[in-house]
Amino acid sequence: MHASATSKLRPSAADAVADIPPGATLAVGGFGLCGIPQDAIAALRALGVKDLTVYSNNCGTDDAGLGVLLEDRQIKRMVSSYVGENKTFERQFLSGELEVDLVPQGTLAERLRAGGAGIPAFYTPAGVGTPVADGREVRTFGGVPYLLEHGIVTDFALVRAWKADPLGNLIYRRTARNFNPLAAMAGRVTIAEAEEVVDVGELDGDVIHTPGVFVQRVVLSQSREKLVERRTTCLAS
Amino acid sequence: MTAVADSPRARIIARAAREITDGMVVNLGIGMPTLLADVSLGRRGVLLQSENGLLGIGPYPSEDEVDPDLINAGKETVTAVAGASYFDSADSFAMIRGGHVDLAALGGMEVSERGDLANWMVPNKMVKGMGGAMDLVAGAKRTIVVMEHVTKTQEPRVRRECSLPLTGAGVVDCLITDLAVFEFSGTSVREMRLVESLTDLPVEELRRRTEATFISE
Repeated sequence: MHASATSKLRPSAADAVADIPPGATLAVGGFGLCGIPQDAIAALRALGVKDLTVYSNNCGTDDAGLGVLLEDRQIKRMVSSYVGENKTFERQFLSGELEVDLVPQGTLAERLRAGGAGIPAFYTPAGVGTPVADGREVRTFGGVPYLLEHGIVTDFALVRAWKADPLGNLIYRRTARNFNPLAAMAGRVTIAEAEEVVDVGELDGDVIHTPGVFVQRVVLSQSREKLVERRTTCLAS
Repeated sequence: MTAVADSPRARIIARAAREITDGMVVNLGIGMPTLLADVSLGRRGVLLQSENGLLGIGPYPSEDEVDPDLINAGKETVTAVAGASYFDSADSFAMIRGGHVDLAALGGMEVSERGDLANWMVPNKMVKGMGGAMDLVAGAKRTIVVMEHVTKTQEPRVRRECSLPLTGAGVVDCLITDLAVFEFSGTSVREMRLVESLTDLPVEELRRRTEATFISE
């Protein structure tokens, strides 16, 4: 595969993340450890950039995913729906080093989608009458109260795909899709790593999940081992 | 997770299983509701929705079927049934919020007599997050809560008002505990009604163990 003038292919994840500055906002795909951009996260760790605000459904575990960025205190603020399973996270949160904004999962997904779709805000029923509604505008439609939530646009997005082409067209596999297409939409600069990068024209246009217009950089993933957070089998259950 | 026969938990699950009928689209929350997976898979045409982007969860995989790209909302490896579909998290919650999921079964910490649910945070303890619970209770056509009637220290969980921060206000349609089944109805003023007793306890004794006011008979 050769990078042409129009190709978004980058030689490495390190190259693709090199201009992420301190204080940047990031949208990161993945659910638990499934479909997380592990190469980009490792490259960010090596880059050592700090004071990041990260929008991601979860924050990895102590040893994997976004959790590894906590060790060197690279994350200042985390916006997530669920952050269990991580002792470093818990310690930094309780000591006040890490700001955490908990958002209902569907609200987070829609905020990323909306931001990427040019919709500044929307109303949702999730969270009405709960601590999530504190200080938020509530409006009633058809007798039902809804909360105003804002779209999210980030400086960068990090996503993981199954297959990509040099135009940035992406296909995800099974439940590894999750937040990836939404993070890709929300990022001004979206960095996609893929398990496989094929030539332009090889992906069937009918089955592309993320059209390349949402993606600015493509990297062939070097990490071959996919992580499993809870290995459950029919023998174990 | 397993339930010992005749345990309070087994009684709750056996009763809750009757709420799942042929053809339903069902979302099972983490914890006790996952015990309903087997019975759901046994119903004709029931599809289990997983909020991380799968409609049609199958049984747990065999060792050689384990696929890191195929997990449920509890991050456990699963399989998919024939006819299953995959989608992103925004579409997943479009299904949930948009009223396309027939039944959500969630665990609870407290339920109030108005059908408020608290199940996601205990103040001054580590808060892990609400995940998809707030969207589910706001959007599923019917929300059932399964939980033990009192705490380990015999404090009431079925209360006049929840003491814990809410997951949703007035969102519970049906509460199934180890002692009884309650239905909630009404929009502006919601009422709690005893519809079934699961033990031989007289109603007066059930009231003694329930802080909430409920209508019986």
